[in-house]
Amino acid sequence: MSTMPNDPRLIGEEPGVAGALGAWRRRLSNGDIGQLPVVIGLVVIWGILLIASNGKFFLPINLVNLTMQMAAIGTIAVGVVFVLLLGEIDLTVGVVSGLSAAVMAVLNVKFGLPGPVAVLGGLGVGLLIGLFQGNWITRFGIPSFVVTLAGQIAWTGALLFVIGANGTINLRDPFIVGFQGTFFTGIVAYLIAGLLVGYVGLTGWLNRRRRLAAGLNAEPASLLLIRVAAIGLFVGIAVTVLNVDRGVPLSLVCFLVIVVVLDYVVRRTRFGRMVFAVGGNAEAARRAGIPVNRVRIVVFALAGTLAAFGGVLAASRLLAVEQSTGTAGELLNAIAAAVIGGTSLFGGRGTVWAALLGILVIQSISNGMDLLSFGTAVKFMITGAVLLTAVSIDALARRGRAAR
Amino acid sequence: MTVTARVPLLAMEGISKAFGAVQALSDVRFDVFANEVVALVGDNGAGKSTLIKAIAGIYPVDAGTIRWEGREVQIHGPQDSSGLGIATVYQDLALCDNLDVVANLFLGRETAGPGGPLSIMDEVAMEKRAIETLRRLSVKIPSVRTPIASLSGGQRQSVAVARSVLWENRVVLLDEPTAALGVAQTREVLDLVLRLKDEGHGVVIISHNLEDVFKVADRITVLRLGRYVGTYDARSVGREQLVGYMTGAVSGEAAGLDPTASAASASEGVRS
Repeated sequence: MSTMPNDPRLIGEEPGVAGALGAWRRRLSNGDIGQLPVVIGLVVIWGILLIASNGKFFLPINLVNLTMQMAAIGTIAVGVVFVLLLGEIDLTVGVVSGLSAAVMAVLNVKFGLPGPVAVLGGLGVGLLIGLFQGNWITRFGIPSFVVTLAGQIAWTGALLFVIGANGTINLRDPFIVGFQGTFFTGIVAYLIAGLLVGYVGLTGWLNRRRRLAAGLNAEPASLLLIRVAAIGLFVGIAVTVLNVDRGVPLSLVCFLVIVVVLDYVVRRTRFGRMVFAVGGNAEAARRAGIPVNRVRIVVFALAGTLAAFGGVLAASRLLAVEQSTGTAGELLNAIAAAVIGGTSLFGGRGTVWAALLGILVIQSISNGMDLLSFGTAVKFMITGAVLLTAVSIDALARRGRAAR
Repeated sequence: MTVTARVPLLAMEGISKAFGAVQALSDVRFDVFANEVVALVGDNGAGKSTLIKAIAGIYPVDAGTIRWEGREVQIHGPQDSSGLGIATVYQDLALCDNLDVVANLFLGRETAGPGGPLSIMDEVAMEKRAIETLRRLSVKIPSVRTPIASLSGGQRQSVAVARSVLWENRVVLLDEPTAALGVAQTREVLDLVLRLKDEGHGVVIISHNLEDVFKVADRITVLRLGRYVGTYDARSVGREQLVGYMTGAVSGEAAGLDPTASAASASEGVRS
């Protein structure tokens, strides 16, 4: 134990860099490995792809494609992160994304409703399905696995019903197509990047100032600077490369806004704390006066809505909704992304950023395999192996903690 | 100790509670003063846990009077109990392993602005208060930002106890706080119990371990088979004597003797 018996202060935190490193070491030894493995994994995968594809992977045109591929399933994965934080599962997010996109397409194409209304209609479907399933799970105490398994089957039927006999609905509405067809270039793209980096820097700096003013240990200025500089460098390079081609797609910006806002909700609001508490120990949460069932229902509703928005983004990219939309691996990739990103399947541990990191890994593999013309067979096997590795690392870290 | 008006913080009389045909408590009395540790002892099935849960509002009583600082009150649910200023620390299930110490101390009562569940938590204020409280109680932990999962059993119990006094609670109920703890950790928790007492709390402790009971308790209330046996001064009652009361080998003060705790009545009990 790091506390020295002679230390007059009983809480053994050290200030400055040493303290920050100590806290980090403590977290690691505690099995809380966080985002470390996925970041290392991402670097390794990118290194392999860089060599294997002769640099083609990092060509601007390919990276723009990558960001467009990421946004849809990444958005679905954010919802999955929330559900996993509760220690639950939602097997319907894939098909709900398809069903919502189908409803949107029908509203727009068959009923002639304007694009924004059709999108809201699609989101409404996701919200209602989430509310319904959340209520069913909490009201009858049935495991979410079973309820959403039933839902997956039933909503697949609903999807086929909504799409109708033709099997495909093509989309032309400029608003709907605009999610993936709108690009920010030049100074605007840098402005967006600047906002993101500025947000990280400003919140970090304000937090540090408040903590120091209150006499608490704070993140050392040097570490904060390194963190902001590293993020700034990464985002800056990314934007520069994307700018060479079409620029930053609106869909990616939507995804990033969702990640940043919901990350803030999870870490800083009482609701976020309730989600972690329910996922960590539902009985303790209940005794502390947290409305456990209401938290669960809200999270399933959120996951349904995010899945619906992911479906909208996917439809916007493909310019169509088909019978197979949302049922071709979207679910598995979204869950895999959340888990690879460092969200525990056992509840109570993870971050919203996991969705971003995880989908970056999965789409990099998928995109890279396409570049190397490996085909779906190899793609699935490699993605499976990466997922298994990620879950095993989480399990090993947990076991390390339990054995302490 | 300077004698203020010696009104117990919590006084219960004639408490009865039945679960169907099983009479878990019948005509039990119990009281705890400020600046005092009262131990509740008895063999398995004596009704200790039922009594604690009655005080905590989990099992509302069937009959009997409850007085808070001399005023008669009703405890129908956990809210009534915590509203009076009674905190309960359960043996299990009280903390979220994945959350850090600060988050656990403030669980369900986070310092936050107005705006319901989406209000932003004031982590700085919470952390400051957490550190102050833990220092005041001399609780030893590596960091207030450590997840509960990485703390030892004693540290966890200390955090759970600290949580009960973070709010304006005057009576703290501890259900088997030292069960499953090692020697050093047990001492840690017992020291904490004494510190609560010094701060003016009334502490009620359930324990199977008589050694622990004798280390911290001022008075010891014995229950047997749901009935009140007696309340004894911890300094003058003997260990064997206490075991006798608990097992029924020795009949206690409730069998017609003076119901106030005193060395005389206790030693009389052993002679009869």
